[in-house]
Order: sequence, then C-alpha cells, then structure tokens
Amino acid sequence: MAPPGTRHVDPALMEYSPPPFFKRGPNLVTRLALFSLLSLVLLFADARFRYMEDIRGVVGAILYPLQELADTPAIIGQRVSQYFVLQSALQSENAALKQQAFVNAGLLQKQEALAAENENLRELLNLRPRFEPSAQVASILYTARDPFVRQVVVDKGATDGVRRGAPVIDTLGLVGQVHRVYPWASEVSLITDREQVIPVQVVRNGLRAVIFGLGYDGALEVRFMPVNADIEQGDLLVTSGIDGVYPAGLPVAFVDNIERNAAYPFARIMTRPASGVGSHRHVMVLESAGAYPERPVAPLQADRGRRRTN
Amino acid sequence: MAIPAFGSAHGDEMLMPAKPAYIALSFFVAFMLNMLPLTGWVLMLRPDFVAVVLLYWAIQHPRTVGFAPAFFLGLAMDVADGSLFGQHALAYCVLMAAGMIWHRRISLFGLRGQMLHILGILLVAQLIVLAVRIAAGNAFPGWWYFLPSVSGSLLWPFVCHVVTLPLRPRVKTE
Repeated sequence: MAPPGTRHVDPALMEYSPPPFFKRGPNLVTRLALFSLLSLVLLFADARFRYMEDIRGVVGAILYPLQELADTPAIIGQRVSQYFVLQSALQSENAALKQQAFVNAGLLQKQEALAAENENLRELLNLRPRFEPSAQVASILYTARDPFVRQVVVDKGATDGVRRGAPVIDTLGLVGQVHRVYPWASEVSLITDREQVIPVQVVRNGLRAVIFGLGYDGALEVRFMPVNADIEQGDLLVTSGIDGVYPAGLPVAFVDNIERNAAYPFARIMTRPASGVGSHRHVMVLESAGAYPERPVAPLQADRGRRRTN
Repeated sequence: MAIPAFGSAHGDEMLMPAKPAYIALSFFVAFMLNMLPLTGWVLMLRPDFVAVVLLYWAIQHPRTVGFAPAFFLGLAMDVADGSLFGQHALAYCVLMAAGMIWHRRISLFGLRGQMLHILGILLVAQLIVLAVRIAAGNAFPGWWYFLPSVSGSLLWPFVCHVVTLPLRPRVKTE
C-alpha cells in the first residue's frame, strides 16, 4: 500500500523507456533490419529474375512529368543559346549541309540501284530477303546516373513503338541497344558498356569476331581471336548480323592496336568505337530484327555420346 | 568553438515543429535536384541531395521522419536512375538509422565535426551499394565513384542552413 500523498511508481518505468502514450512502435534496429531485408529481397528479385520490370514501368510513368520538369532549365538554356546564333554561322552551316545533302543524294541513287540488284540476286539464289529495319530519330535526354552502367536515356518509348533490344545508331555507326523501355522514354546501353557483346565482321576480308565493351569510354576489345588472325590496324569492323539483333553492316569500331604475343593463345586487339557515342545529341532507334527461324536442337543423348567419342 | 554556429546543432534556439507538407517539399526539391540532366564530370561530382536531406531530418529532427519515406524515396530514385530496384532504398535506410542513432553525438560537434560524420555515413552508404553491385556482377567504376560522398558532406552546411530557415520562429518587431 502506498502512503497517501505519494504516487506509487513502478521501478521498471523509471528506466529510459518512454511512457506508453509516447509509443513509437518497434525499436530502431528492428525497423532497420525489416526495411533492409525488404530491400535486399527486392534487389535479389530484380538482379536475378528481373521481376520488377512492371513496377518499374508504373513508377517510371509517374516520374516522367517530374523528369520533364527537371529537364526544363536545360532545354530553356539550349533554346536561348540557339536564339542568339550569329547569322553568318547559320549561313555557313546551311551551305555545308546543302553540300552534304548533294553528296548524300548521289550516294543514295547508287545505293537504290544496288539494293534492287541485291534483291534480285537473293531471289535468284532463293535466299531470305535482307532485313531492312525502319528507323526513328530520338534525342538523347541525359546520361544515366547509375555509375555502374554506361547508358543514355532517349525520348522515344513504348508509345512510339520502341521495343526492348532494338539497335540504336547515329550518323557514324552503332551506338548501342535499347535496354529498358518506359512509356515515353527508353534506356540505351552503349556499346562500351561492360555487358555489351556484339558479333562483328572485318570489312576487308569478312573475318567474323566478337567485340566486347570494357566499361569505359572510347575503347572496345575483340576477344578470342587467334594470334595469327588476319586483322590489321585501321580495319573497320561492322555488325555481322548473325545474332538476329543488329542488322548486318553497321559500322562498330576501328582497330586501334594489336598485341600479338605468342605466350597467349589469343591476340589482344583494342578498337575504338566508330560512332560518336558520347558526343551526339540525336540518335536513330532501329526496329529490332524480325523473327528468326528456330534454332535446330540436337537430341541431348546423342550429343553427349558424340562428344565422348571425339 | 571557433566555428560560428551557422546552421549547426540548434541547441540554443527553439525551432517550430516541421509540418509534414514542409518535409515533403524538402524531399521533392532534393529529388528534383537529383534528377537534373547532367553529364560528364558534373554528374560524377553531383552529391546525392536526397541522402543529405534525409540525414538532415534524421539528425536535426529525429523522430519526424521514419524509415518508410526513406525506403520509398529510395525506390523512386532507383527507377529514376535505372539502377537495381532496392539499391538506393537500402542505402537510405542505413543512413537514416545511422543518423537517428548518432543524432545526439553528431549535434555535439561543430560544423566541421558534423561534416566529417556526414562524410563517414555517406561513404558507408555508398560502400553498401558498391557491395551489392559487385555481388550482382558489376565492376568497380573507379575512385571517382566516392566523389558524391565528399561533395555531399561539403553540402551539409548549406542544407542545414536552407532547410532550417523556414523553421526559425519569426521575431516579433515591436
């Protein structure tokens, strides 16, 4: 019994724990553990299984107007600087463009005749018609902010018919591949990204190779080419078109230097990208190649047996 | 302390309680700053404004912002950046926790001491992201990867000053 005039206080309440009317839920470490676990689950689901693409699409659509808003200062700045261009600069640029259009028209005439001839020959030989993708111009909005990947974001998305995997080129050559599509924008993985692998062909002799991005600007590496492969400095490498992703004949890279060391099974071939990957404002998004015939599948058992005999 | 109490721990002054709308506005502005279309070395140097503002709320006004806003802001940032889903969410939750656990300790320091603490916390958050990305198969992008932590800690005094301004009670002029 507590004596009158004093209030009985439970010794446990004298601790630092807050009285019940300031209840703050579970403690800090528990909450941190909970949220960390949740984000780790999301990370795993995204990295391993790509389960998050739908949620990403929805959130991306919600964020789109905010992104537009964030881009506005840059766009206004650009418009202002465009407005204050000297007339002489415009005139000289116009003259240069006219000349270029003239040259291009000449090339185009030749190309049309060649294309018709090619089609005829293919028909004669009973070959599959050459894939001619349609293209649309997109402008680069900004460089992707994730430091681990080499991507740019362009202003054409699913509503413009851009599909995941579509090749992206500029006036000089292959820029990259559409990696993720949002309703009004899409992310393009550059060919210099570490995970980009492109089947190429040497224009000079038709030698096929595979080119790998290195994860930094201005360099690509041709791997798994024997030391004695017929490849020279200055060779142009174009897409070979055998992967069904990139149409054949897009310039990819120029061979910069070759180290042939007999101690290694492969030559070390460094190349530089043909396109102005980091310097252009506009790119063209091509239509991704159509359906390819099914890959022939050998019966598993027979395959294993043959390998053993070899 | 030789350093003036510019935006430092406001033990000596009473601030008005932050309204939820004001907190949301601060996050919105930070998010927009993160979304600016930057390229090249400016992008490499760009601090993570959202992380710094989250730390501000965690340290200067603990208990006003919980983990849920940090988590969802992180998810939004992941979509905006095109990074792995949950990467920023994890980092932001860890920084919120660090800020809330050490808010008393950090408030005791002057501005320079606070900036060092912020640098440490931001570096830890970035290291966690780095560990996740390396586990997911990405390569280490280079030492410039840690520059946003440095610029973020340099930004701390400005964020403290600017975000605290509307919370200062208006002095009645007689």
